[in-house]
Amino acid sequence: MALRDEWHRARAVAWKDLTAERRSKAGFNAVAALAVTILVLFGFALGPDSEAIRAAAPGALWLAALFAGVLAFNRSYQMELDGGALEPLLMYPGARRALFAGKLMANFVFVLLLLVIVIATSLVLFQVAVPPTWPALLIVVLLGAVGLVTLGTFYAAMASRSRAREVLLPLLLFPMLVPVLLAAIQATKALLVGGAMNDAGAWTSLLVAYDVIFLILTFLAFDYVIEA
Amino acid sequence: MTSAVANSPFEAPKSGRWLLFGWLAFAYLIAAQAISIAISPPDRDMGDLQKILYIHVPAAWNMGICYFLVAIYSMRYLWKRDERDDLKAAAAAEVGTLLNGLTLVLGMIWGRPTWGVWWAWDARLTSTLVMFLIFAGYLALRAFVDEPERRAQWSAAAGLFGAINYPIVYMSVRWWRTLHQVQSTPDTLDPSYALSLRLNAFAILFIAIFFIRRRYEAALTERVAEHELQAAVLGGSSRG
Amino acid sequence: MHSIDTELAVDATGVARRFGARWVLRGASLTLRTGEAAGLVGANGSGKSTLLRILCTLLRPTAGTARIFGADVVQDPDLVRASIGFFSPIPGVYDDLTARENLLFAATMLGRPKRTADETLERVGLTHVSNERVRGFSSGMLRRLALARLLVHSPRLLLLDEPYNNFDVSGIALVNELIRETLARGGAALVVVHDVASAVPVVGPWFTLRDGIVVPSSGIPLGIPSPTPALAMASAGGTR
Repeated sequence: MALRDEWHRARAVAWKDLTAERRSKAGFNAVAALAVTILVLFGFALGPDSEAIRAAAPGALWLAALFAGVLAFNRSYQMELDGGALEPLLMYPGARRALFAGKLMANFVFVLLLLVIVIATSLVLFQVAVPPTWPALLIVVLLGAVGLVTLGTFYAAMASRSRAREVLLPLLLFPMLVPVLLAAIQATKALLVGGAMNDAGAWTSLLVAYDVIFLILTFLAFDYVIEA
Repeated sequence: MTSAVANSPFEAPKSGRWLLFGWLAFAYLIAAQAISIAISPPDRDMGDLQKILYIHVPAAWNMGICYFLVAIYSMRYLWKRDERDDLKAAAAAEVGTLLNGLTLVLGMIWGRPTWGVWWAWDARLTSTLVMFLIFAGYLALRAFVDEPERRAQWSAAAGLFGAINYPIVYMSVRWWRTLHQVQSTPDTLDPSYALSLRLNAFAILFIAIFFIRRRYEAALTERVAEHELQAAVLGGSSRG
Repeated sequence: MHSIDTELAVDATGVARRFGARWVLRGASLTLRTGEAAGLVGANGSGKSTLLRILCTLLRPTAGTARIFGADVVQDPDLVRASIGFFSPIPGVYDDLTARENLLFAATMLGRPKRTADETLERVGLTHVSNERVRGFSSGMLRRLALARLLVHSPRLLLLDEPYNNFDVSGIALVNELIRETLARGGAALVVVHDVASAVPVVGPWFTLRDGIVVPSSGIPLGIPSPTPALAMASAGGTR
């Protein structure tokens, strides 16, 4: 019963975040445009040799999603801070983990949409064909997105309320995400540009382990970072 | 009506208590270095260069110990909410990051003549660099948050997560290396060096303990002063 | 104290709060019984809002304790939050949601049925704009929406921070109605006011915050500089 209430609250937070994000047109469109721009710049950095570009495509697309996604994580709390909405949000009775779950879901949808755009653009710009194993790629994308979003949403709760939030979030987040990025990039590479299939399998299990460990830890620790 | 506020929840450290320990630690370090340089013959391949490992390897080991301490004290802080645990975690993180930087720099100085490059994307080197970045972020977080309680809670979470991430980072970087091009690190450690290495590992450990203690006491003194100021201010209010 | 049979809605002892080096509260003590609506006045920056924020668990006291219906604000914040409603000068609504959506969100978060949202919109007089986005609302309308959130909650203890700001005559009446209803249910209210005249019909004992501590006022503290009702109404109308 209590868990059901928490689920309702988490869903309400996610719905609220996504609705606000959808209506403030500057939000998603601008971030997606930034992601595409980053991809184009990667093309300049790595090209024009099409073989080299193709080989670097998995790295480029995950980094583009990361750089653009970081903006979303901070925005998700900025939305609360701007209108002074964080105080009423924290005043609602019940466990704060429902707030975290809601923000997590909203950011997950945001980053997933971002990844769809980034991957579609990469397929075109980097001349990569859709692999026959695309369901496996989908799983890798989902697991990678969970990894990015879990720690992104968690650290943004601190960074957005500190001095120098623009620099603090990437500084805290990016090194922590090294395992996710490595695993997601390598698994994507194995599926997209070819490579041993068991590579993708090993990296996918690393992604699962990372996601599970940090999902549990962030849910346990969120109370401490949001309250003070 | 008198103020019910105690002066400070804890006492200021007695200055100089650990100074003797510090002197002994430094003396021991010098002795350990002298012994290692004297008893170990120059390496067949590396010559005298291998002596850099007597700092490099112990620094790396003790860096691990420091980060472990960060995790322990962070967890203890979240559990018991004793401000001193937060200060201990911070001191361990500072010393750990310093040893981490030392490990990297010495590793690079050693790598240049050995591998011919300053940097190799070797699993151990790379994961050490990532840990340095993670704890640099931890220290930045501490610097960017002013309110003591908020800083303590946030950095406890960040420190704990950073330490827990270490094995995952190491594993992922190792896979990243081995699954592509296998380039094994030259096995540099002849068993005859084990004694020297061990002597120096303890030397660096004592130095690390001394520095953690010093940094902790400095931070504690500062906090006690703030608590006493607080008590004075609140005591003043009871005049009404 | 003679209040063993009456439950204390607010029981704050020696509450102190520091921001950086500045002490805003220096040991404020305040008790409030159920059925009471206390008024709190004080000059700008005297710590009225800080005290309210501590009572509603948004800020931790640097020293001192506070209980709401017996639940400690630091030890049992969840219990405290379930029984209080805080009305801040900042509306804290989401610009990109409609008035109705904002209130539906609040209802879900508070575990109240959805129909209460529509009924409350009617009551605060926002039905005609319920499907408009909040971004274009005047500050008076935003305040009505924030008040609606409090009506949906209907908590046992109201903590109102300058509730009459930006309200016209009917808005002021709404606030006073909310206070009366809460008292009738056996609740209590702590009202921080500048506009003392608007509060006089409902607010009982008066307190003044001075030099970081709370002192009881012997009568209605009309000496506190406050905008005249005429001016307050003019400013509420002029922000549209």
